Amino acid sequence: MAELGIRNLAKRYGDFYAVRDVSLDIADGEFLVLLGPSGCGKTTTLRMVAGFIEPSAGHVALGGSDVTLLPPWKRNAGMVFQSYALFPHMTVAQNVAFGLEMRKLPRVEIGKRVEEALALVRLGGYGGRLPRQLSGGQQQRVALARALAIRPGVLLLDEPLSNLDAKLRQEVRVEIRELQRQLGLTTVMVTHDQEEALTMADRLVVMNEGSVCQVGSQRDLYERPATRFVAGFVGRSTFLAGTVESPGRFRTDGGLALACTGGTPGRAVLALRPEQVEIAALPLGGLDNRLAGTVEFVSYLGSLIDIHVRLSAADRLVVQVANREGGLAPDVGQPVHVGWPASVGQVFNE
Amino acid sequence: MIAVVRRRAGRWALNGAATISLAYILLPLIFVVWLAFFRQEIPSFPPEGYSLKWFAAILDQRKFVDGFSLSFQVGVLATVAGLALGVPAALCLDRFDFRLRGPLGNLLLMPLVVPGVVLGTAMYVFHVEVENGLDIDVIGTFYALVGGHIVIVIPWVVRLVTASLAGLDRATEEAAQNLGANPWITFRRITLPAIRPGMVAGALFGFVASFGNLEMSLFLVGPGRTTLPIVILQYLEWKIDPTIAAVSVIQILLIGAIMLITDRYVKLARVV
Repeated sequence: MAELGIRNLAKRYGDFYAVRDVSLDIADGEFLVLLGPSGCGKTTTLRMVAGFIEPSAGHVALGGSDVTLLPPWKRNAGMVFQSYALFPHMTVAQNVAFGLEMRKLPRVEIGKRVEEALALVRLGGYGGRLPRQLSGGQQQRVALARALAIRPGVLLLDEPLSNLDAKLRQEVRVEIRELQRQLGLTTVMVTHDQEEALTMADRLVVMNEGSVCQVGSQRDLYERPATRFVAGFVGRSTFLAGTVESPGRFRTDGGLALACTGGTPGRAVLALRPEQVEIAALPLGGLDNRLAGTVEFVSYLGSLIDIHVRLSAADRLVVQVANREGGLAPDVGQPVHVGWPASVGQVFNE
Repeated sequence: MIAVVRRRAGRWALNGAATISLAYILLPLIFVVWLAFFRQEIPSFPPEGYSLKWFAAILDQRKFVDGFSLSFQVGVLATVAGLALGVPAALCLDRFDFRLRGPLGNLLLMPLVVPGVVLGTAMYVFHVEVENGLDIDVIGTFYALVGGHIVIVIPWVVRLVTASLAGLDRATEEAAQNLGANPWITFRRITLPAIRPGMVAGALFGFVASFGNLEMSLFLVGPGRTTLPIVILQYLEWKIDPTIAAVSVIQILLIGAIMLITDRYVKLARVV
């Protein structure tokens, strides 16, 4: 395993920048996740690392040596594709052996390493099967074994779980993560699924429109989002549009005066996490912001309940509460009180 | 109840239609095969008796043997050349996005829809021009004949290889490269196995189209060099005896055998 360096990487198609000026350092053994909506450039970045796309500018360094100009077959990067891309006419063992044959290893060594790789993904004994005789989850594991067998400098995962059903996905997440830790694999994964990203990553990179918005830990992104986009993409936020009148004072378009932290005077949005806002039937005490409103919509999510509260003609807030015995069970149209400390509101100037 | 009746009626209608279509296709073949074993010279029903003499008669007539041999050689050469040209063409059409891709794709399939007579006339005129312009023998030569047949093999290869490329996950090629295979090894180990069914089927249909081609070949054959379908046509102008039926039976058996053998390696139902 080795460290991976991405330096000012860019990809331009005509006037369109798929990726613009991305720089990242991935430490040896680190699990980095590129997170973003489709079209944000995360896959393009991964494919530039793999060598399938030639960058318009910038460099990729693997284990200290520049591989920017190397074709894919000369880089030692193991990739797991979204479709798994197993060779349909080869058995599981032949699939896993392919990369080792390309490296011209002796036959005995190949056999041994195929066994090892299959055992690693708990598919020992499946070597003679054809890919189409396996379930989706098993195919995914073969793809992983195939990428690991070549002992790559870096493991690249392109939405590896998106073709699995929800329950299996949760298991495989844990499985991949454990394997990655155990083997100390330097890993870059691309996903649009924030839950997947949050549960698997050592460090996350949020991308949007070809650029990196923020790099950080789960906590960094969630509690200190750098941009409005991150605030909306990682976790959930309600955005109240308005103006910062002076640092610490925010007035919504509906005319509500709110306390916040920071912000420079001018147009801005105030982002609030639904679970950080308190809600009660009676007025709340001891909070910087205390407001009255009316329940407009309730969505029942099982363990959680989303309550949409109308604060003024222009302002609506989503509050999330745990579904507990004796908890607030509001009806639509019911008057309620909400409140939050100034510190939980994030201001993003526009 | 009504739904059951309706479904049953639907199935009967479908089976009926299938039976009629199949009979429509097979009846002429059945009659030809039957006729080949009639003893009398003038075909009439009911037969006076059965005999194998017409099969023996084929071998006595050199023109049938020569025609068969020529058609076979032309078919094989045209098929090989058709593959060599059609497979790369199909790959390019599938892989690269260029300005004339659509029109070029249609052009390559055109020989399937252009009437053979038109194709033959065009080629004949072309051969005359080339012969006059370059002062070399072209008209009626063996190579001109093969050249013409390549044109009718190419669309089959292009069409069937394109169809099998559609079923190939491009990511498998990337996966191979990711694992260390250069483009040539990737083609040999990943792409080729994926398009092999299309190539086999394309070659097969191309060969059959070439072997049975009459209209275009009429313009391309030279003196003493006649393909089997033309020999049959010429024979029919003079005589109607079961020899022709016997020749047809052999053709049917040959093509049937090729299909069965091919089907063992490539399920034809999957590619056509």
